Amino acid sequence: MPDIAYVRLRRLLDTSTFRLALIYLALFAASAFALLGYLYYATTGFMDRQTAETIQAEISGIAEQYRTQGLLRVKEVIEQRSAAHPYRASIYLLTDPFGHWLAGNIDRWPEVQPDADGWLVFPVSVEQEDQPAQSRRAIARSFTLSGGFSLLVGREVEDRLVLQSRIKQALLAGLALTLVLGLAGGFLLSRGLLRRVDAINRTTRHIMAGDLSRRIPITGSRDEFDQLAANLNAMLDQIERLLCGMREVTDNIAHDLRTPLNRLRSRIEVALMREPEAAETRALLEQSLADAEVMIGTFNALLDIARAEAGSERASFEPLALPALVADLIDLYEPLAEEKGLMLEHHGPSQLTMVANRHLLAQALANLLDNAIKYTPAGGRISLTVEPGPVISVSDNGPGIPEAEREHVLERFVRLEEHRGTPGNGLGLSLVQAVARLHGGQMTLADNQPGLKVSLDFRQISGRRAA
Amino acid sequence: MMPGGRSHQPHQLHGDRRLAAGPAPAKMVPMHILVIEDDAEAADYLVKGLKESGHGVAWAKDGRDGLIQAAQGGFDVLIVDRMLPGLDGLSLVQHLRATGDATPVLFLSALGEVDDRVRGLRAGGDDYLVKPFAFAELLARIEAVARRPKGAPVTTTLKVADLELDLLRRTASRGGKQIDLQSKEFQLLEALMRHPGQVMTRTMLLEKVWDYHFDPQTNVIDVHISRLRQKIDRGFDEPLIHTVRGAGYCLRASETAA
Repeated sequence: MPDIAYVRLRRLLDTSTFRLALIYLALFAASAFALLGYLYYATTGFMDRQTAETIQAEISGIAEQYRTQGLLRVKEVIEQRSAAHPYRASIYLLTDPFGHWLAGNIDRWPEVQPDADGWLVFPVSVEQEDQPAQSRRAIARSFTLSGGFSLLVGREVEDRLVLQSRIKQALLAGLALTLVLGLAGGFLLSRGLLRRVDAINRTTRHIMAGDLSRRIPITGSRDEFDQLAANLNAMLDQIERLLCGMREVTDNIAHDLRTPLNRLRSRIEVALMREPEAAETRALLEQSLADAEVMIGTFNALLDIARAEAGSERASFEPLALPALVADLIDLYEPLAEEKGLMLEHHGPSQLTMVANRHLLAQALANLLDNAIKYTPAGGRISLTVEPGPVISVSDNGPGIPEAEREHVLERFVRLEEHRGTPGNGLGLSLVQAVARLHGGQMTLADNQPGLKVSLDFRQISGRRAA
Repeated sequence: MMPGGRSHQPHQLHGDRRLAAGPAPAKMVPMHILVIEDDAEAADYLVKGLKESGHGVAWAKDGRDGLIQAAQGGFDVLIVDRMLPGLDGLSLVQHLRATGDATPVLFLSALGEVDDRVRGLRAGGDDYLVKPFAFAELLARIEAVARRPKGAPVTTTLKVADLELDLLRRTASRGGKQIDLQSKEFQLLEALMRHPGQVMTRTMLLEKVWDYHFDPQTNVIDVHISRLRQKIDRGFDEPLIHTVRGAGYCLRASETAA
């Protein structure tokens, strides 16, 4: 059995509300990403461009001075500016065509390759008054003066780079936070909605189990769910009315016809009591009596089913010991089974209590045993099994019922073609089903390989689903 | 379900009964019976049938009339419909019982739920029969309630001919020979022996021995009886358990032995 927490998570992930929440989260994350990306570009990009522009401007100025006033002037300017920046906040270097140092505040050309845009990024050592030397990053641009002299102008950008990376981290953290909050919101949102849908599902399951009086709770929020619940409830009212109507009709017919049938039988019985002379008359009367009794039997069975379906017998439910009930039934049917050459056995725990109507449950199981004994050929084996839950099954190794026919035989008056010749009214299983439903259970027919296995499953619906 | 009329519906083809033209049911002791039933036609057939069976019958068509007639006394059994105009069957019987009248009562009812049965018996009824019923079932039940020993003398042994049942030691013997019986067989024999010479229908036996108020579809009781016969009657000249055609079973000594 799968872990319950996993099952519940799986269910949550399977809901459409959760999927919607996920889509919403994706869109939300995309727009947050775009916004933060723009912020990043606008702040750190602006700083980058500002630095680049001042460096370019300085290079242009120096190149201009070279052209008008010559190398010496440039060397002088470089020396002045280098002196103004002893801590290398700005970086200058002037070399001859052979790469020898002429002026500047770094002693040689940095050993890095320029990037695609011609920028060099390299570390410089910075010594401030009473602090040890620090390696800090700088960016610079080179410029070749006519005559082969090379000029390097740069800025120390360590602080700016640190700030940029801080901003980047903050933006990424913000994005992650957005995702987490969105996901949590999705969970909460979908769980809230799921609860309403669950209420509807719970009710429908009770109704499917036969309790048609159940209605979906209305929260009073007048939202779509309340509207749905109200509509479903109205539909259920309608179905219940129709079913009750049908039940009443069946009930009335059975009641109304029972009285004249009873009189018919009484009349025949009285006639037989007068001991008619002619054997033929007697035989005719006896046959008529037999037919009347078959009809009465069918009506009685219909009324039994109607009564079980009406659920009024729930008032007479009481805790009863299943092993004793089973033992009594086995006791009742064992001689009959033996006479037919069948093995009748029972299995189950020695103690198991069920809240039920003893007469109806016994009658339902008796019907199942009756059927099993009737349809299992001599030498067969029939077993009555009780499992915790409880699940009560009657199985045989007779001919069984083809899978295609199984649903069909549960309908009223349905009998399999090959059984037409045997006595019975086709209502036995309908009564068993009505009794199972009355007790909140479910009847299933299965292949016993070979034979038929009829189970009455009284476990709670959720337990039945997980099994 | 209730002991409705289906008692022998599924047993139509049971050879046992078809062949047993057998001795007529036990010597019938004529009884004086009051039928309290508002449905004139149903009452008519009840009265006819009972007269046909040799009983004296009076008819009351509503509850008040029924109570007046019943209170005058002299009846062996009252057959009371539960639904009556004027005074319903339950109240009628409660009135009678309140005045100390212990005349056996058989309720008739169109209601079949177990609760109804319990309510009927609690009100002072001795038995309960759901319409529609077979006349044979009604006859058997009236006999059983009418001849129920009054004041319930404490009996510890039952005896019919040479068959003896010790209720305390739960043993049975016939002609001094011990007979081994299983628990349900003993109860079945006890039910028959408590009403010697009376017809016990299959539903009555099912009620008394198994406390089931429904009719199994097959001849389960017949098989139990035939097992019991094997133990009681086999090897003896005189059979004690008799099949009563169209009704049920009867335990009695034959005329000569009686």
